Amino acid sequence: MQRMKNVLLRHFKIGVVGCLTALVLSVPVASAKEAIPVGNEPLVQARMMRLANVLRCLVCQNQTIADSHADLAADLRNQIVELIHQGKSDDEIMDYMTARYGDFVLYRPPMKTSTVLLWFGPLLLVVIGGVTLYRSTQNRQREGDDIAALTPEQKSLADQLLNRKSSKP
Amino acid sequence: MSRFWPLAIFAALVAFLYVGLHRDPHEVPSPLIGKPAPAFALTRLDDPSKTITRDQLLGHVYMLNVWASWCVSCRDEHPILVEYVRRNPVEIYGLDYKDTRPEALAWLDQLGNPYQAALFDSDGRVGINFGVYGVPETFIIDKKGVVRYKQTGPISPEVLTNTLAPMIQNLQKES
Repeated sequence: MQRMKNVLLRHFKIGVVGCLTALVLSVPVASAKEAIPVGNEPLVQARMMRLANVLRCLVCQNQTIADSHADLAADLRNQIVELIHQGKSDDEIMDYMTARYGDFVLYRPPMKTSTVLLWFGPLLLVVIGGVTLYRSTQNRQREGDDIAALTPEQKSLADQLLNRKSSKP
Repeated sequence: MSRFWPLAIFAALVAFLYVGLHRDPHEVPSPLIGKPAPAFALTRLDDPSKTITRDQLLGHVYMLNVWASWCVSCRDEHPILVEYVRRNPVEIYGLDYKDTRPEALAWLDQLGNPYQAALFDSDGRVGINFGVYGVPETFIIDKKGVVRYKQTGPISPEVLTNTLAPMIQNLQKES
């Protein structure tokens, strides 16, 4: 029984060491993959990254093309570099992307009739909230006026109660 | 009356969320629909010396099926296409996306070849021009070379019989 336990323990240890080794080995590999060849021109790369930061990766939709590790994102980064080399302007590159993938690739959607609600919806909600708040405070103030209209007896009773409470330590 | 307002707002919110729950965020509407298909000139998968261009296919109604041998869900879709071509007078062109020739050819040997011809897009450049972001994708292109429909993801038998097949039949009648 004890021997079996030892054997199991040893296997477990080997497993743990193996896993840790794999983990340690995998780290440099993963970070090596991050450096996607984009040429060694820092200006081109900076411009590419600026554009890639405002474009959505359609494979993993909550990431930008700059962040994503998807194959397509890497292809599109290379495509942007190529377009920059062709002397295209930022707007032309953005048009290139929207012509293929639609407005959805833009993290800042354009102003259109179909996106009016998207742009002004939050403002609309603030206005509705403000109006509601204003009206409810008005109502409360009116209720406040009602409270002020106490009969003299009620008022003296209220004073008495309040004073008694406040005179206590 | 005013006390029903919160209920009304809540109901509206529930309606929005309910609709949102049933929408697939991966189905992004293609901006290509109603526009001419992007130009391409690609070699045939089975013969690197022969090139097929978009303009050669003008006058044909065809499905352009983007697939790859590494694509898992293409395996689900493939037999449906093989069967469809066998039973109907339709043209399907394959766009072999970011693949290698030997693997792609072996794949077609094994699973059947529904394609009039498969085009070999090794670097995915034509795929980018078509706005491909998830293989398989299928485009329907009419006789004038205009993209009429895009299906993202594998074609199911239901989608084929209810949407794609009737659409192709109608487009074939156009002059």
